[in-house]
Amino acid sequence: MANEAELRLRERLSKLGGMKLLRGAKVSGEIERLEKQLERLRGERGDEEIWRSVELARHQERPYTLDYVERLLDDFFELHGDRARADDPALVTGIGSLRGRTVVLVGHQKGRDLKERTRRNFGMAYPEGYRKAMRAMALADRHGFPLVTLVDTPGAYPGVAAEQHGQGGAIARSQAAMMALSVPTVACVIGEGGSGGAVAIAVADRVLMQENAIYSVISPEGCAAILWRDAGEARKAAAAFKPDALHCRELGVIDGIVPEPAGGAHTDHDTAAALLGDALVAALAEVESLDPVERRRARRAKFRAMGVFATA
Amino acid sequence: MAEGPRVDVEVENKRAAEPPAGTAHPNTCPGCGSHYREDELVKALRVCPHCGHHFPVGARERIRQLADDGSFVEEASEVRSADPLGFFDLRPYPERLVEAEMATGLGDAIVCGRATIEGCPCRLAVMDFAFMGGSMGSAVGEKFARACESAAAAGVPLVSVSASGGARMQEGILALMQLPKTIGAVEELRDSGGALLSVLAHPTTGGVLASFASLGDVVVAEPGALMSFAGPRVVAQTTRERLPDDFGRAESNFRFGHLDAIVPRPELRPTLARLLRLFSRR
Repeated sequence: MANEAELRLRERLSKLGGMKLLRGAKVSGEIERLEKQLERLRGERGDEEIWRSVELARHQERPYTLDYVERLLDDFFELHGDRARADDPALVTGIGSLRGRTVVLVGHQKGRDLKERTRRNFGMAYPEGYRKAMRAMALADRHGFPLVTLVDTPGAYPGVAAEQHGQGGAIARSQAAMMALSVPTVACVIGEGGSGGAVAIAVADRVLMQENAIYSVISPEGCAAILWRDAGEARKAAAAFKPDALHCRELGVIDGIVPEPAGGAHTDHDTAAALLGDALVAALAEVESLDPVERRRARRAKFRAMGVFATA
Repeated sequence: MAEGPRVDVEVENKRAAEPPAGTAHPNTCPGCGSHYREDELVKALRVCPHCGHHFPVGARERIRQLADDGSFVEEASEVRSADPLGFFDLRPYPERLVEAEMATGLGDAIVCGRATIEGCPCRLAVMDFAFMGGSMGSAVGEKFARACESAAAAGVPLVSVSASGGARMQEGILALMQLPKTIGAVEELRDSGGALLSVLAHPTTGGVLASFASLGDVVVAEPGALMSFAGPRVVAQTTRERLPDDFGRAESNFRFGHLDAIVPRPELRPTLARLLRLFSRR
């Protein structure tokens, strides 16, 4: 996580620093790049850095849930349908083996090409998707399988049918269902964590974000349209509400930051998956030792404490 | 390939309270055009005696309508919003807070406390749309959670009356975290054997609909109340669908099975009293 990533970078930096004596200028570019990366991990992020996260989080080549499933979960078996009326392709659920251990997976799924994007509704789930997620959560609880959720959505789908099928209630109940689970749970925002549609599957014992993911109450464009009366001011809006991983960590909203390959997760899906796998396993190990009742109590207490207010 | 449509679900109705320039007086009924003196409207519970339109009700007035005279004792009034992000759009967030406080006389968009309704003890958590669109930030979430805890400690039901445009975007991700926070508080209340009676007033949208407001043991709404996760403007813009006339309204939600009842305002106090009696006998 952030500290480990920092340590790793420091180690590489000091090694390269030593090498510079032997090979001179050749590695200085690399040192500069690493120093910059270290700076980014440690220091205050500028507005440009925040916007870079927004762009990377939405990058078309960024790995999606099923890219990670393919690399991290053996024997994956996808579970379809909410057992009431439909199967929502924008949200994937299934059972798989994470490094030898059966887990239940819930994750938003965007599409790679136009056809797939349309079929997946750009990762924007209907209430049916959240009901499918709740079914998978209940399955995990029944069998004592840990729950892993991967968050990557611009938001829950804002459509007439979605409203008629109870979008608000489904998002509320999905959070309540996660809050009540006995099994260990870990959530990771792997791209866009868009508002209610994201937090619906992110009420976990450990909530992680990838280095370049964003997690926000509203899209930068939406915020700009309302507060600046101009959707073109999205950069200013993002700088103001700070949806990047470092700020979310500082605000106590997430428990850790998962490093990505240099340049972003889209540059190397395999490495991104390996780093994510390590983080998920480590996070589950942290909460596994707790008694189920204590784990649920701690989960509630964690979210109960979130927020900053004054007492006049 | 362009990105997918962006979803702006949290704040659709935050500006709904400001009528466009040159529109009618707030005491003129948008339903039938009848105009009323302030004292006439207050006496009529802000329901148009001519056509039945439900005007918005502020939190203090709502409490006067529901609670037995003199029974209400406010709790957690010291909890106020802070500015954790140093949020500055066209104006600083603290300036908007002060302005809302001056306009409404409230510390934030929710008023909580203990009360009796027809003699039945309960806790009340009543939102006020006039305070920054009834948006839920850390202070609103905290006050609601404390109301759950107060109800659990006293062993009485909590009655919530929501009117909100959603999460308060000036508090960024912390506003979103008030969804799981309030949901966890409702779960705690339930574990203690307590009940949540949720009343949805116009409008209850975004993050408030997607959290405690939908989780009542009983959920009722006022006639015509908009209760949609995404507001009509966002849905129309994003999907280019033609919206049904009653899109997201209480009547539509009742038809689709998301509500236990639609309760006209004059019946709200006796209805809540009946439910409180039922939930206290076991």
